Amino acid sequence: METRDLTVVFGGHAAVNGVDLTVPRNHFQSIIGPNGAGKTTLFNLISGQLRPSKGSILFKGTDITRLSPPLRTRMGMGRSFQITNVFPNLTVLENVRLAVQSRSGVRYNFFSALSRFDWMREEAFSLLETVMLDKKSDSPAKSLAHGEQRKLEIAMLLALKSDLLLFDEPTAGISVEEVPAILDVIRRIKAEGGRTILLIEHKMEMVLDLSDSVTVLFNGKFLANGSPKEIMDNELVQSAYLGGHYDDAS
Amino acid sequence: MLRLRWTILPVAVVLLLLSFPELNDSRSLLILLTKIFIYAVFAMSYDLLLGYTGIVSFGHAMFFGIGAYSVGIGMDVWKNSLGTLLLSVLIGVVAAAVVSYFVGILSLRLKSHFYAMLTLAFSGLFVVAAEKMRSVTNGADGFPFAVPEFFMDRTNFYYISFVFMIVVFLLLRRFTRSPVGKVLQAIRENEQRTQSLGYEVVHYKIIASVVAGVAAALSGSMYAITLRFVNTTVFTMDITIMALLMTIIGGVGTLYGGIIGAALIEYAHELLTSLAKVHPIFERWIIFFGLLYIIVVMIFPMGIVGTIKRWQTHRKAAALGKREGLPW
Ligand SMILES: Nc1ncnc2c1ncn2[C@@H]1O[C@H](COP(=O)(O)OP(=O)(O)O)[C@@H](O)[C@H]1O
Ligand SMILES: [Mg+2]
Repeated sequence: METRDLTVVFGGHAAVNGVDLTVPRNHFQSIIGPNGAGKTTLFNLISGQLRPSKGSILFKGTDITRLSPPLRTRMGMGRSFQITNVFPNLTVLENVRLAVQSRSGVRYNFFSALSRFDWMREEAFSLLETVMLDKKSDSPAKSLAHGEQRKLEIAMLLALKSDLLLFDEPTAGISVEEVPAILDVIRRIKAEGGRTILLIEHKMEMVLDLSDSVTVLFNGKFLANGSPKEIMDNELVQSAYLGGHYDDAS
Repeated sequence: MLRLRWTILPVAVVLLLLSFPELNDSRSLLILLTKIFIYAVFAMSYDLLLGYTGIVSFGHAMFFGIGAYSVGIGMDVWKNSLGTLLLSVLIGVVAAAVVSYFVGILSLRLKSHFYAMLTLAFSGLFVVAAEKMRSVTNGADGFPFAVPEFFMDRTNFYYISFVFMIVVFLLLRRFTRSPVGKVLQAIRENEQRTQSLGYEVVHYKIIASVVAGVAAALSGSMYAITLRFVNTTVFTMDITIMALLMTIIGGVGTLYGGIIGAALIEYAHELLTSLAKVHPIFERWIIFFGLLYIIVVMIFPMGIVGTIKRWQTHRKAAALGKREGLPW
């Protein structure tokens, strides 16, 4: 995955400004930066929710700048959202099953009973076990606690079996006790291998622990890139964070 | 036990309705039930958009009207036979499919309120067209036409309409429970998330639009056959509002809801018409539907079927002693 001179302007303000980012295959790369740095916006550009004002995005060697979000998903890109984004009135199982259905390419079948696709339910259920939500499988998604909804998001993301995973602050707004569970799931995905992962996260221990490399964004611009240790030692990064700009609310 | 009762109930109702013409010789009741069956199909077709996919259309009458006029014009210009009747219905279906496809393509990319307004404008075009093409439609006055003898018999047509409703219900149920049907519900819940799971939302909205359009045209054709008359009212906003009321009162997102809503509204309509002899205020039926709507929404916030389903799950959950989520 690669971005070239990626820029998007909102009413005169460049939220993402000339970002060149290269993420090698099977790499675990984190993106950090103070709030409002443009991290989520960068994800929106990569996954296609937003169209860039300038620049291009390459994925698996093809230019996907003009491709719609669903087609990017089908190319093997999956994302989770910073603001929890599920199907509130559908059951937890159905949320994941829909992701399984999409991945398995059952798209325009309008006449077969779902019972013919029992394996989808089974697969969705085993993903719920992975994220420890199997006991809630029949509850509507909206009845889940915030942290549980985040886990549901992860299960949906896993169901897509994407080659590139975009995690937008998976631990945002969840209680301290629940963080290890999510960390554990991400660690397991990493250990499985065969996937490129981009993670936006504020919790530095988590970033340092998981990442092969770290990219720093500041005011929409690329500030630094390097191994976790290099970034920790980087003076520019320290001044960006410590120079009074750092206001990590969540 | 609970489950058994809820399977027996529809079966009992079906048996009752099947034997109804034998048990009862009230002609007006037979006609009322026939109308309910036909409107129920129209309401279910609307629910496919509103309740399942979350699309608000103010122009659903256009498909009802296409079905009605197609039968009217077909039977007017051709020789009266079963073959020409079926052909006219088929033409209505094809025309509705084509129109709903193009309306879908043109407008489903719009934000929902623009889509709603655009459908309103489209159905308005059909009213104007039907009024202006006087040589074919006889303008706003409309025209009567003949249908095969067999369809003129009230009892026969009662059975035909009943079977028609059951068949459409079973087909639509199959559709809503299919993989595509599940995606439609996902779109209703969260369109953007459905996209990012890899579904091309516009394709699904077009599918929903075409299926709903075709079902609506079929009900319009049946409506014209019962009346043996058609005029421009079939294209008007009143028809769309009726579908909207039937769907919401019965319960959005449940096909049964469309049937129950149709029964309630049509019965209320009949009642008000007869009361109009007592006092002319009852002719203002839209006021009473408004009141009925408010009452039903207060007692049954999720429509009649939706609320009953919810009570059921409450009871079941209570019986199992768990206080978790309440799927419906
Ligand atoms: N759709 C939008 N319209 C206008 N401004 C936006 C939009 N999305 C993000 N922004 C602005 O872009 C900047 C970057 O936001 P964001 O990408 O969410 O930051 P981060 O995720 O790094 O905290 C913020 O100043 C935000 O207000
Ligand atoms: Mg963000």
